[in-house]
Amino acid sequence: MVSATSKISRFNVASLALGLGFLYLPIVILVIYSFNASRLVTVWGGWSLVWYREFFHDEAMIEAAWMSFRVAASSATIATLLGTLAAVALSRGERFKGRTLFSGMLYAPLVMPEVITGLSLLLLFVALDAERGFWTVTIAHTTLTMCFVAVVVQSRLGSLDRSLEEAAMDLGCDPARAFVAVTLPLILPAIIAGWMLAFTLSLDDLVIASFTTGPGSATLPIRIYSEVRLGVKPEINAICTMVIGLIAVVIVVASFASKLSSAQGESAAPL
Amino acid sequence: MTEDAANTATEADSAKAEPPADAIPAKAELPIAAFDMPLLRIDGVAKRFGAVRAVDRLSLDIRRGEFFALLGPSGCGKTTLLRMLAGFETPDEGAILLGGDDIAQVLPHQRPVNMMFQNYALFPHLSVRDNIAFGLKRARMPRAEIATRVAEMVALVRLEGLEKRKPDQLSGGQRQRVALARSLARRPEILLLDEPLAALDKKLRESTQVELMELQRRLGMTFIIVTHDQEEAMTMADRIGVMDQGRLEQVATPRKLYEAPNSRWVAEFVGDINMLEGEVGPGDAGRLAIATKDAGTIVAAAPPDPVKQALVFVAIRPEKVKLSRRGPASDTAGTHTINRLEGIVIEVSYLGGFTTYKVKLDSGAVLKSSMANTARLDVDAYSVTQRVVAWFTPDDCVVLEQ
Ligand SMILES: Nc1ncnc2c1ncn2[C@@H]1O[C@H](COP(=O)(O)OP(=O)(O)OP(=O)(O)O)[C@@H](O)[C@H]1O
Ligand SMILES: [Mg+2]
Repeated sequence: MVSATSKISRFNVASLALGLGFLYLPIVILVIYSFNASRLVTVWGGWSLVWYREFFHDEAMIEAAWMSFRVAASSATIATLLGTLAAVALSRGERFKGRTLFSGMLYAPLVMPEVITGLSLLLLFVALDAERGFWTVTIAHTTLTMCFVAVVVQSRLGSLDRSLEEAAMDLGCDPARAFVAVTLPLILPAIIAGWMLAFTLSLDDLVIASFTTGPGSATLPIRIYSEVRLGVKPEINAICTMVIGLIAVVIVVASFASKLSSAQGESAAPL
Repeated sequence: MTEDAANTATEADSAKAEPPADAIPAKAELPIAAFDMPLLRIDGVAKRFGAVRAVDRLSLDIRRGEFFALLGPSGCGKTTLLRMLAGFETPDEGAILLGGDDIAQVLPHQRPVNMMFQNYALFPHLSVRDNIAFGLKRARMPRAEIATRVAEMVALVRLEGLEKRKPDQLSGGQRQRVALARSLARRPEILLLDEPLAALDKKLRESTQVELMELQRRLGMTFIIVTHDQEEAMTMADRIGVMDQGRLEQVATPRKLYEAPNSRWVAEFVGDINMLEGEVGPGDAGRLAIATKDAGTIVAAAPPDPVKQALVFVAIRPEKVKLSRRGPASDTAGTHTINRLEGIVIEVSYLGGFTTYKVKLDSGAVLKSSMANTARLDVDAYSVTQRVVAWFTPDDCVVLEQ
């Protein structure tokens, strides 16, 4: 009995280590090399923060990072709003004709090649004679990421018992109130997850951004890509390490937020 | 609650407290002058889901302060009916009148009706306390009052000490009790309970039944309860409606439903029964002689309405069928003829309070009999293969045409 369980747990530990190693070894190497003192990417020259200092003096790079961050935050927020509304309408609204078509259309951009999305958006912006820059990239990223948000929120709504809203109405809530008091707290984790997904998708998008951005407003991936074409600088490792750090912080904060929202639900729920 | 309702409630209380001296103290047969106008009138209501007629032109009046039970097989439309009363489904046909007003257009949250859901529908993100307080907060009840009411409800359903738990940290029975407390907390005019006690153990169910009845009388609320437990319906309800395929087959007091079912279906659905098919022969005053295939001629009390068909069914409850070794002392009890059938005991089930026997008649038909175990060492008990006489009076028989 004891040996059986320990065998199983040893197997589990081994497979966990293998899986995590496969996922994280490249990242760990990247993080370690970001502290490399050597100018050559593949040669270890001792510990140093020189490439971080380099980044903070590289104004073009900082500007690109700031641009990326702003685009990611605003497009994720807009996408979360629109995506949630779409999901609610599709799973809670009255059954209307062509509803299946609509929800199918919502999924289509998920599988659409990014080049096509980027190109069509570029054509649209050119046709509208819109000045390309922060807003065009933000709008482009919103169209890309809102489908992801809608899918995440819709699946959560689908698994939610309809009778919960009915119970809320039975106990004196009008339909809008029932949604806010019962449905919203229950789909909040999905909304937060959707926002995070949208944020990270926007942060690492290269293709759509390069189609829709204009001169002087490059995002971080565009900037990094153009630098790398001239040869990999260890500075890139430092930037990537910081991006990884940022994403880790977002995930930690978001998971705390969702835990907090479910723990506080009882007193915080707007009744 | 209006004073009126409170008064009628106390009237009903005192009336119920003194059962009439003579035999049948059936609850709803008491004088209930104050209940004349129905609180709720369901008038020819129908609801279809595609090809399924969930509720089929059903009409029913419910009086204020009444405890009404709906009984029926699974899928007969009980939940659908309750959902229409609560406002979650709109009837395809017919009208629902509450205090004389059509409530078709009234949204669920504006109806003075609360419902306990069959699947409980507890809010998973709220604690037991907040689940129960949910409706009270919406009614803008002062905080202190909410706390008192919640404590009262928690005590009623015996959930003390679990107030801070979330629904997923409760057992099935505990969840059911939270759902019950939540629907009761607002003290609605009409409370709809969809199988409220099904998940509770026998002891807890019986004590909750008593407390529900007590609460209902004290507050003068009107209860409509769905249950699969016939004993529960009989214990609690003033009247019982038996439903089948979206229609009400019979609405009557528990005693009438059991002793005078109006159809074969109801007779067989409620409790256990022996059913003998036969042809009506000549009868004398108030009696019918029915020639049955399986049990010879049976003399039965004639039903109040004259029998129109030749082919009828004689229904006899098992406990009305007495067994003895030689039959009753005389073939007539007073002026009554007694039906005697001979056969062999083929099955004996001892059930504690009573024992059920199956007696195979000489014709091959099987008759069920159930006898109370009135003595601890019952030397009179019959055993398998023993030859016995089964007997019952004409008044024990119900003649059914359909
Ligand atoms: N939303 C719905 N869509 C389609 N059919 C439905 C729907 N709700 C109920 N029905 C059907 O209507 C009929 C009555 O259902 P209902 O839930 O009222 O039964 P019930 O008497 O409450 O049964 P139970 O005792 O099992 O709870 C069933 O045949 C059921 O399949
Ligand atoms: Mg049901």
